[in-house]
Amino acid sequence: MSVSNQKADSKKRFVLYLCVTLIGFVAAEVMSFALPNTQGLKLKINPHVADDLAYRVALAGLFLLYLGIGIFSAFRRDRREKFIKRAPFRLAIGLLLLTWDLLASKLDILHLPFFPGPSSVVNVLREEPLYLLLQTGFSIRLFFAGFLSGVVLGVGTGILIGWFARAKYWVMPVLKITGVIPAVAWMPIALSVFHKGFYAGTFLVSMCGWFPIAFMTAQGMANTQKTYFEVAKTLGAKTPYLLFRVALPNALPNIFTGITTANGLAFTMLVVSEMMGAKGGLGYYITLARQVSNYYKIYAAIIIMAVLFSLILKLVNFIRGRVLIWQRGLINE
Amino acid sequence: MSNLLLSIEHVSRTYIDSNDNRVDALADVSLTVDDGEFVSIIGPSGCGKTTLLRLIAGLDTPQSGTLTLSGEPITEPDPNRGYVFQQGSLFPWLTVEKNIASGLKARGVYAEEKHHVAEYIELIGLTGFEKSYPHQISGGMAQRVSIARALINRPAALLLDEPMGALDSFTRADLQDKLLELWSRDRTTMVLVTHDVDEALYLSDRIVIMTPRPGKISEILTIELPRPRQRSEAEFLALRGKILQKLHLASARVEPEYAI
Ligand SMILES: Nc1ncnc2c1ncn2[C@@H]1O[C@H](COP(=O)(O)OP(=O)(O)OP(=O)(O)O)[C@@H](O)[C@H]1O
Ligand SMILES: [Mg+2]
Repeated sequence: MSVSNQKADSKKRFVLYLCVTLIGFVAAEVMSFALPNTQGLKLKINPHVADDLAYRVALAGLFLLYLGIGIFSAFRRDRREKFIKRAPFRLAIGLLLLTWDLLASKLDILHLPFFPGPSSVVNVLREEPLYLLLQTGFSIRLFFAGFLSGVVLGVGTGILIGWFARAKYWVMPVLKITGVIPAVAWMPIALSVFHKGFYAGTFLVSMCGWFPIAFMTAQGMANTQKTYFEVAKTLGAKTPYLLFRVALPNALPNIFTGITTANGLAFTMLVVSEMMGAKGGLGYYITLARQVSNYYKIYAAIIIMAVLFSLILKLVNFIRGRVLIWQRGLINE
Repeated sequence: MSNLLLSIEHVSRTYIDSNDNRVDALADVSLTVDDGEFVSIIGPSGCGKTTLLRLIAGLDTPQSGTLTLSGEPITEPDPNRGYVFQQGSLFPWLTVEKNIASGLKARGVYAEEKHHVAEYIELIGLTGFEKSYPHQISGGMAQRVSIARALINRPAALLLDEPMGALDSFTRADLQDKLLELWSRDRTTMVLVTHDVDEALYLSDRIVIMTPRPGKISEILTIELPRPRQRSEAEFLALRGKILQKLHLASARVEPEYAI
């Protein structure tokens, strides 16, 4: 009896939190319909009010997304707990959008052009979806070209200095000095050496990965327990095995630490090099928007960056979890 | 008449420790081991047991004297001389299965001999744990994997440095039986370093007693007890008492040096 009671209680509780999660977005949607937009009406040049359609669709999208997650989570206890835990935060997102809409679009307490309402920002997706997609694509391309070459160069250099004492003697001090220089400092040089902005950007982004990853790789290899080498030798291993199957795997956790460090630096470098050198990408888009004071486009680009960079971090974490699966339970996450 | 496999002649190894003191880890040690023999080396801490085993493995070189295996001088590590460390020598990034296979991969014969991996997993009784990582298995299991990893290379001799030193007594007895089983299966020559008199008596054909400062062999006992041996039988206990006494004498002899 009490078990089924408990079950019913837990069901009720979950439904309650599902409502809490969704109510913020419903309220924001209601607000969007309830009051007319006034922001932009009093502009001297080109007075206009934002089109609400994209914003309303986006809110409905968020509503459906979280409803979907809720339904998906309903059938497993651990997922239910996670969903319930996140409910207050998701409520806050909805209420924040509502407040933003109210203060900017509706009441015009926050003024244009610096503080556009959410409908203006989201509407960029309708104004120039293809152009925005193209710039996002440019950013993704530059990031992966730069970062992947940074990882390859970093691991390569790391192996050299981690394995060959002579390489360490000559390269390590250079790495230590150049490693503390922020990659941005090379920008003017990169721009004049590589005539195309894309190459300059690739170079600069790869510099962000190169040094930390090389350093961590070398350190991870040097930290290999002597026992592992000795075991391998008594099993008949020669140098390539000791290097690639003992020292390098031993360095993998370090390499991923290097990659995570480099990630943040690379995002910064990516945006800076697009704002200053490149002829494409979200950073370039921001620069263009600024020149004509279209601040709402800047917000749109920033939101896209937030989503994009979070996804990239998620991807890196996923790969890390896969590669370092042998560490699970060995270390505290 | 058995064949001579391993021969150690007048071997000395001196270390200079961090305080610039000379440590005679081994001084003029000679020993021969026959093919298929099970030899244990026992002695107080610091008497050079590990040093001797590492020299046989080729992980270290002596200042003087020679070591040969089947007449060939020992100069570097070789899969023909398997080595099992006390603990923590499994590659943590490889599963049980792949750790055992690493014996074959290191030699570059994995493609031809990979069918042996399953055979050895079964032999050490770890079926079902193939995909586990070292941190997910017990210490006793890990040592079995270490042994299988060395044995899969079919070494002429297996060198074991206190392989059960870190295990509780039940697991230890279990592993001792497993080791005997593997030994009687292939007749791989075993050289076992241990601190445990019972273990040495239970397993060995001969027991080598060593004394420290400088590291020397003080006595070699041949154990004639029939197998399987009973740890509680009178002869076993009598021998045990004898060895313990010799060990005490051995350490008593160094007592004056402590006083200096
Ligand atoms: N690499 C080294 N550098 C300096 N001294 C060493 C080194 N290896 C061993 N020794 C010394 O040589 C002596 C013999 O060491 P060894 O490890 O062979 O002893 P052991 O019999 O294996 O001892 P335990 O039973 O504690 O393992 C010890 O006094 C030790 O301090
Ligand atoms: Mg030792």
